[in-house]
Amino acid sequence: MTDQVLPQVTDLPSTIAALKERFPNAVKDDTRSGYEGVIVDTACLQEFARVIRDEYGFNYLSSLTAVDYLGHGDHLEVVYHAFRVPSGGKPLVFKAQTDRQDAVIPSLVSIYPGADFQEREAYDLYGIHFTGHPNLKRILLWEGFEGHPMRKDYREAYYEQETKPFDSRWPGGHVFRGEEYNPFGHNVRYPAGFTLDDYKPVTEAEFQQGMALGVDIMGDPAFRTDRLLVNLGPHHPSTHGVFRMMVALTGETVESLEPVMGYLHRNHEKIGERNTWYGNMPFTDRLDYICSMCNNLAYAITVEQMMGGQVSVPYRAEVIRVLMAELTRITNHLWSIGFLLNDLGAFFTPALYAIQTREYILDFFEATAGARMMCNYMRIGGVYKDLTARIRSEAALINDRVRDMDTMEYLDKLINDRLPRSIDELDELLSESEIIKSRCIGVGLLPAEMAIAYSASGPLLRGSGVPYDIRRANPYSIYPELEFDVCTRPNGDIYDRYCVRLDEMRQSVRILKQILPRLKDTQGQPIFGGKTSYSIKVPAGEAYGFAENPKGELGFYLVSTGGGNPWRYHVRAPSFINLTPLGEMCKGQKVADVVAILGSIDIVLGETDR
Amino acid sequence: MYGSGILKGLGVTFRHLITTFIDDIQWLGRKRDVDVFQQKQSLANRGLVTVEYPDEKLAVPERFRFTPFLVTYNLDDPDYPGKDWCTSCGICAKVCPPQCIWIVRGTDPKTGRPKPEPEQFYIDIDICMNCGYCAEYCPFDAIKMDHNYELASYDRTSAHIHDKARLSREIRYWQSIAPTTAAEEEAARGGYDHTDVQKARKKAGLEPSRPDPRLAKPAEPEPVPTPVAVTEAPVAVPQVAAPKAEAAPAPKAEPAASAAADSETPPHPGWVKRGRRWIDPNAKVEPVRRKGKVE
Amino acid sequence: MSNGEINLRDLQHPDIPVPEEMQSNIAVTSLSSLYNWARSRSIWPLLFGLACCAIEMIATAASRFDLARFGMEVMRASPRQADLMIVSGTVTKKMVVPIVRLYNQMPEPKYVLAMGACASGGGPFKEGYNVVSGIDKYIPVDVYVPGCPPTPQALLYGLIALQKKIEKQSLGVGASVPWYGSGPSEEVPVPILGPDIIDPRHAEVLRKEAKKNRPTPTVAEALAELTKAESA
Repeated sequence: MTDQVLPQVTDLPSTIAALKERFPNAVKDDTRSGYEGVIVDTACLQEFARVIRDEYGFNYLSSLTAVDYLGHGDHLEVVYHAFRVPSGGKPLVFKAQTDRQDAVIPSLVSIYPGADFQEREAYDLYGIHFTGHPNLKRILLWEGFEGHPMRKDYREAYYEQETKPFDSRWPGGHVFRGEEYNPFGHNVRYPAGFTLDDYKPVTEAEFQQGMALGVDIMGDPAFRTDRLLVNLGPHHPSTHGVFRMMVALTGETVESLEPVMGYLHRNHEKIGERNTWYGNMPFTDRLDYICSMCNNLAYAITVEQMMGGQVSVPYRAEVIRVLMAELTRITNHLWSIGFLLNDLGAFFTPALYAIQTREYILDFFEATAGARMMCNYMRIGGVYKDLTARIRSEAALINDRVRDMDTMEYLDKLINDRLPRSIDELDELLSESEIIKSRCIGVGLLPAEMAIAYSASGPLLRGSGVPYDIRRANPYSIYPELEFDVCTRPNGDIYDRYCVRLDEMRQSVRILKQILPRLKDTQGQPIFGGKTSYSIKVPAGEAYGFAENPKGELGFYLVSTGGGNPWRYHVRAPSFINLTPLGEMCKGQKVADVVAILGSIDIVLGETDR
Repeated sequence: MYGSGILKGLGVTFRHLITTFIDDIQWLGRKRDVDVFQQKQSLANRGLVTVEYPDEKLAVPERFRFTPFLVTYNLDDPDYPGKDWCTSCGICAKVCPPQCIWIVRGTDPKTGRPKPEPEQFYIDIDICMNCGYCAEYCPFDAIKMDHNYELASYDRTSAHIHDKARLSREIRYWQSIAPTTAAEEEAARGGYDHTDVQKARKKAGLEPSRPDPRLAKPAEPEPVPTPVAVTEAPVAVPQVAAPKAEAAPAPKAEPAASAAADSETPPHPGWVKRGRRWIDPNAKVEPVRRKGKVE
Repeated sequence: MSNGEINLRDLQHPDIPVPEEMQSNIAVTSLSSLYNWARSRSIWPLLFGLACCAIEMIATAASRFDLARFGMEVMRASPRQADLMIVSGTVTKKMVVPIVRLYNQMPEPKYVLAMGACASGGGPFKEGYNVVSGIDKYIPVDVYVPGCPPTPQALLYGLIALQKKIEKQSLGVGASVPWYGSGPSEEVPVPILGPDIIDPRHAEVLRKEAKKNRPTPTVAEALAELTKAESA
């Protein structure tokens, strides 16, 4: 991203002032306490978005989400966070409000193509109609689902109470499994006039008909060999989980591709709004379940941002956080490279090597945080516990074999010897292989402008030559004092994304080498500077916290009404948004490359569908 | 040269192939030895070697979290045998993110007022997410995370709702699976006893906390630690490791920390020294199987 | 089993004594146990991952824990070639339809292992609107492995439990398993994605429920309901 001329960039307050001047009646400050940004009138929302993109350089719409303010103004609000990429800096927050009963907001897909899936999600979960959206359909739930579940008045089948803790658990808590008594729950709504016998579910053919694929499978009765609609997933070994792609082919060439998701939509956000602030921490583990530490970190910094001066994270806690985050980054990239090779057909050898190295890191996580994958290690204001002096185990089961290793020695050896060696080995094994090169170079192209327009983030964005890394662009934790390079590659193909991951692992090792002396120096210092109470209250307001996760920008948009539970808990999931350009990237490629392109985006379904 | 990249890659896989054989030769005849295990599973080795579960199991670290259990006094405690540590304050039920804990607070049968011990305590492990919040926020160290992961069952309706009887474990068990953490907690409580017991004893003019019975009677052989679930779980443990026909060798292979082996103080009270290793004379340890060699 | 050697003692019939010195060379066994012994040591799982637990399942299959020691390394992507379905992760209402179809496509004898809290009983996501409270609501489950997620060793323990279960099954007609001598068992009816998920087996209950027919409320109704719930 060198040739793009950025407009005259001014700081955020003066930008907002200029915008208010430009749209005198339509743009107003958000004056609610704890809120930031501007509220834009829906009539000129599209014009506003075009102006901030073209004239003020906010070319990257990072997050788009809706909030239901039932009982707090009774309106629905769509919140946008726009960034300047690659220069970085704080986001411009703008909001549009609409009526609950008749929710209509102009779509921004024509200005920010990255809004595509996010608007569909808001439509699916909140029932907001985005006028002008090319393909406004449910994305996470199925066509025919009754209701919009993220609305505050929606009740789940086994609804108990608005917020946790539930009163039925204590002091008179008799165990109860509602589903054993009533297979349908009490809150399921059916559309007016619904009868089971007349009900016809949306058939597969109808479903595919509406997929905007441009392939008419119903209309033409003649058998056609040149066009074919192929379904990949949700049960398919290449889709990294329960992801589904509908691919229209001409011969072997992809004409259009549409991702279908929601097969792992486990209502993370709805549960997050019922949970307490602390209760969400272990749930974030299960977002991108390969990088639980990084998810913890992003959530912790968001809540810390809301708590303001009430918590202060001690230095050692920050050091440990970065240690964990960077180890996680290596784990993720190892996993991702291993499984990219699986997708290319190198079945399992590179993945086995990668998983083996990952196990060393998991051993450390297990000894420190208590679990291999679901670490639940960060706390609001620090971390759970300091590192153990030794990585040791006690025999508890028959045939248990124990280990005992000094933690610092282990880390030292891991960071200075094992990890660099493993990364070099993967490099040696794969980087120069002619097969990999011919499969990957020039395939799945994503030019820089398109990557930004589609709100791609992480290695996908940097593989297209955009030097945007949140650790540098919007630094958090102790990253400002650490030396590392933002890795980019210019071409934006599969091979470049692979190379960026390899380079990033090397940079992570570089960071970890700087972390080790800091760990030794801060030995024995406090690791927690938050509130020790089991339930915390967060001041009313909103916050958007984001961090550079291994897969991209993981953002949390939280709204508090001052209570013990979030009013809105939104996850800006990199795996989800990085899929937006998938269709474009696959156009004109061979069907076998679709699998590799998907592998190079590196998605995790827990985060895609939430 | 075209193809050199592939050859280079093949060189890496070939190197891996060779090193596995070198490892095998290095451990010839001692493949299942306990001493070798630590090396095989650490960074000292060239790579990780397969853990041959169930013949050898990778013991989990102290902080490992699986399902929760409730702490009680030891059943042979002279003053409070089997008394619950839980005061049914309900913090664990409130902090539990997926709300999998159900507690019925105890009531005094005479006065009808609530009393600080649970009447019923349920954990539905089909909901539990092993996050460890209950153990972390319990002010009385009364709920802890178990290390026993061998819980597979054929029926979940009964086996997966753990009631109070199923959950309760002696404090001795916790001390045995997490000695460092247990010692830290004991220091924080100001003694071996439960904080409420300490208060009551202080009120009665007694020493607030009694010494840890494990330390008080080091000479006596310890009672066998509560058998860890293998027998309790509905599925019997696979008896692959020790065929009946082989003469049972002396319990030589003792999973004791090798670092502690050379020191003169036992890692646990009551342990005796055999050769270079400290072993628990009463622990049930399956012998290490050695091919063609009976000791 | 695990170190590659065949242990004949596993096969010995309990009622027929074989002299001690011959036990390592000769085994007297029944056809059932010989068949089950072979079957239980070559279970081919379906290559099928749902969520977090799938990652631990892959870790189990990888070199450190190595499913190949149990003859289970042949993960088949096609249900037609699989014996075991490891339901590894949260089952959503949208996903249960393909899962039931996959189960129906598996040839008998077939087994299901519910891995983790979510597959067993809904797990931490149980309260959600799109989550099924356990896969056993739809297809029969043979072994449940608790944990969130179960560690690779916990999964191996569950798989050994499954082997034990298979070893106990009899080839006899009318025995505990439905597939010997009685022809193929009936297919599980595939659920329908309606306004909510519809299990055809529960059609009667659903008919009653659907009659109640609560349409989407207005703002005022929703607020009233919300305040009522909060005050209650």
